[in-house]
Amino acid sequence: MSGITVNTKINGDPVEFICEADETLLDVLRNRLGLTGAKEGCSTGDCGACSVTVDGRLTCSCLVLGAEAEGHNIGTIEGMAHGESLHPLQSKFLEHAALQCGICTPGILVAAKSLLEKNPDPTETEIRFGLAGNLCRCTGYDKIVRAVQDAAKEMRSGKSAKSKATAKKRA
Amino acid sequence: MPLDNAPESKRKFNVVGTRPLRPDGIDKVTGRARFGADASAPGQLVGRILRSPHAHAIIKKIDTSKAEKLAGVKAVITRDDFPDHTGGSGGLYDTLCNVMAREKAFYEGHAVAAVAATSASIARAALKLIKVDYEVLPHVTDVDEAMKPNAPLLHKDMFTDGVDPKPKKPSNVARRFEFGHGDVEEGFKKADIIVERSFKTEAAHQGYIEPHAALASMGPDGSAELWCCTQGHYMVRDVCSQLLGIDIARLRVTQSEIGGGFGGKTTVFIEPVALALARKANRPVKVVMTREEVFKASGPTASTSIDIKIGVTKDGMITAADGTFRYQGGPFQGCSPAEFGGMSAFAQFHLDNVRAVAYDVVANRPKTISYRAPGAPMANFAVESVIEELAHKLGMAPIDFRIKNAAREGTKSSYGPTYGPIGLGATLEAAKNHPHFKAPLGPNQGRGMAAGFWFNFGGQSCVTLNIPIDGSITVSVGSPDIGGSRASMCMMVAEELGIGYDQVRAIIADTSSLGYNDVTDGSRTTFATGMACILAARDAMKKLCARAAATWGIPEDAVTWEKGYAKPAGANAGNFAPLSLKEIAAASPGTGGPIAGHHEYSADGAGVSFATHICDVEIDPETGRSQIVRYTVIQDAGKAVHPSYVEGQFQGGAVQGIGWALNEEYIYGKDGRLQNAGFLDYRIPVCSDLPMIDTQILEIPNPGHPYGVRGVGETSIVPPLAAIANAVADATGVRFTQIPLSPPRVLKGIEEAKKAGGKKAA
Ligand code: FES
Ligand code: FES
Repeated sequence: MSGITVNTKINGDPVEFICEADETLLDVLRNRLGLTGAKEGCSTGDCGACSVTVDGRLTCSCLVLGAEAEGHNIGTIEGMAHGESLHPLQSKFLEHAALQCGICTPGILVAAKSLLEKNPDPTETEIRFGLAGNLCRCTGYDKIVRAVQDAAKEMRSGKSAKSKATAKKRA
Repeated sequence: MPLDNAPESKRKFNVVGTRPLRPDGIDKVTGRARFGADASAPGQLVGRILRSPHAHAIIKKIDTSKAEKLAGVKAVITRDDFPDHTGGSGGLYDTLCNVMAREKAFYEGHAVAAVAATSASIARAALKLIKVDYEVLPHVTDVDEAMKPNAPLLHKDMFTDGVDPKPKKPSNVARRFEFGHGDVEEGFKKADIIVERSFKTEAAHQGYIEPHAALASMGPDGSAELWCCTQGHYMVRDVCSQLLGIDIARLRVTQSEIGGGFGGKTTVFIEPVALALARKANRPVKVVMTREEVFKASGPTASTSIDIKIGVTKDGMITAADGTFRYQGGPFQGCSPAEFGGMSAFAQFHLDNVRAVAYDVVANRPKTISYRAPGAPMANFAVESVIEELAHKLGMAPIDFRIKNAAREGTKSSYGPTYGPIGLGATLEAAKNHPHFKAPLGPNQGRGMAAGFWFNFGGQSCVTLNIPIDGSITVSVGSPDIGGSRASMCMMVAEELGIGYDQVRAIIADTSSLGYNDVTDGSRTTFATGMACILAARDAMKKLCARAAATWGIPEDAVTWEKGYAKPAGANAGNFAPLSLKEIAAASPGTGGPIAGHHEYSADGAGVSFATHICDVEIDPETGRSQIVRYTVIQDAGKAVHPSYVEGQFQGGAVQGIGWALNEEYIYGKDGRLQNAGFLDYRIPVCSDLPMIDTQILEIPNPGHPYGVRGVGETSIVPPLAAIANAVADATGVRFTQIPLSPPRVLKGIEEAKKAGGKKAA
């Protein structure tokens, strides 16, 4: 087995790892780097539990090879909170009880953040289609949609300009 | 039951009924929470399972020699590594046969061997080197086919139980059940209108997003540890140690965070395999199912075939209700929820004459396990479809027909017991008055409704509550938290002790730290474990009062507990300044040592639960696709401890029901193989499929709980199948008797009705 050496940035930090040719980025994050926030729900791109960003673009990490991360910026759920303060989406998910078991939550938060970066004022329909690649079996999505709406509102308001800027910088 | 107060419906709650943040929340939004597959152990191996490609086959020989020789392979196991410690029959033996096939593979995906290796790729390569010699047998996957006299037999020794005389010929019918009272034949004679219909429902999967995962380690001395995602780690401990032939106390099971279960994680699949691999390799082994394995080899719910016959008088009184319920439960007896199906089918009606006959049927499909209100949604779909049809025939509003025949306090239920205070009538009245009910419908839209029932359970719970010197509280419970129950436990303890929610934290203890707790199922946890928390808090309260009494030098019974303080019970007890929980805790090292409360029991008195759902669908006449445009859930919660999570249960259950009604189904090929073992082809609802799900919580207190709590987790999946089918019938004029109502089926129904020139049943 010959390992491939990969240089990448994860949540802003330089990271070097060695992986096998058939390992996915999700495998690398979870098994080699101890970043188990991204989950494997299917490994076929159908559930979104493994969502990360690659150079700011929402991606299923189960569909990317670890070796393909070379030279790219990876964003994971572990990079979403800034120090002690949660990202507004994280706070709103707690406030709205937008999670039951919580297995889908990291992926949905990453996807929702990516959505709000592109569209800070989405309609309910836009949120629903924006999150259509992320399965949640517990909640029926109602409280998730409400939490995203509320977070978007807060992020658009003055006081969250800062937290949004922070989020941008870290992505 | 050890309760010293009836529900005080006028009681003012301070914490219960509020919506605080959950204690495990931050871990879950930051990715820190550790689920089944998130743990690892030093030196761990990767375990993988070889599965039968055949639906039914004799396993003649398994040759593992090549796999064993592959570098990096540390253990290979087969049936030979699972000697029978179960006595060779019964449910435990069937579980043994299911976790590792013995003489026969009973379904595609049945485990036949497993390997542990130093990497996933080596483990995969090793599986390919195992040679299994099969003798393929004829198979059967459909419930009606399986019941035919000439069907391929799964077990030569299966003679239907519950029929007299016992049959002489073996069959695939494991058991017959019968419930009811009165005389249905006499009842039908009094009827002016009778509707009789046959229905079919396909198997659905619980669809939890987290695949089964287990990390096991076991030494040659039989001491073992297991980390896994389960709804019941005590069940896992007991079953695994019995299957492996070790003392129960030798196996310590720690429950991970669980990424959904809905009943599907109430048994073992990979856990005994992981332990057996770890024992053979003498190294920790982690086994994680793939999604395909989850679909093929965990436990979906039953497929069914149901006949319903109901008779009514002209003025809308039901005179008799009769049903036959056939539930396919996979290859082993006692797994299908036929019994619950038969018991629950007519539970929402006040009936003089009712009969439900249910059959537990085996077939070459995965061994089914519970799925949220197991057995009830299918029966409800059939019964509530006929009810709607009868209402139309009577020219009566379906809601009024239901209200007229609704079960109420004092009704002898169709499954035996007489109801105490129940909330069915209230949910029906609330539905009738709901704005949704009067809202206008658009083109191609239809409205349907259904009322549903679930029993709710109590069961065994054991809780310990520890009070450290700063007066904060740790509650150790043994019921896995599958959707926010730790928050409810903390709330009930805080309520009882009269302290703030933030002062209390709950953890899920491992199996060596606390007495036995039943599986988190049957909507039991907030009710039964919650009540154990209340009683443990009362136990602690007594001890806190005793410390205060000793401090003051007065008798223990001269002290009471009020809003977080010990106080002298009255003027005669003496004039002492109240002592707070914090003060008593701080002094505890000098007043007798640590203070803890405890309670262990088997809870009774879980109040039954009813819900009424209203649903609007819009049908695309070109494609037959159904879009849910509005949905309302009205359910009795007894008392909602944390209303947000109660609403969440209502919404989640309704949406699972929507998926089952519209899209989800197990599709088998002629070869007996599952054709849609992935989320792309087994399509659960996604965010863009749905509207907001409105909820209305009613609170008709359960007399069996000090706060009136009823379980709420399961009922919400019962009415959607029928509510949606009724809405589709309203929109299209076609009554569908088979679900899922997938676009091709609906389109075909609409086109056939057009050809036939009017209404019909499809
Ligand atoms: S694990 Fe990547 S989409 Fe499901
Ligand atoms: S909260 Fe359980 S899957 Fe979304």
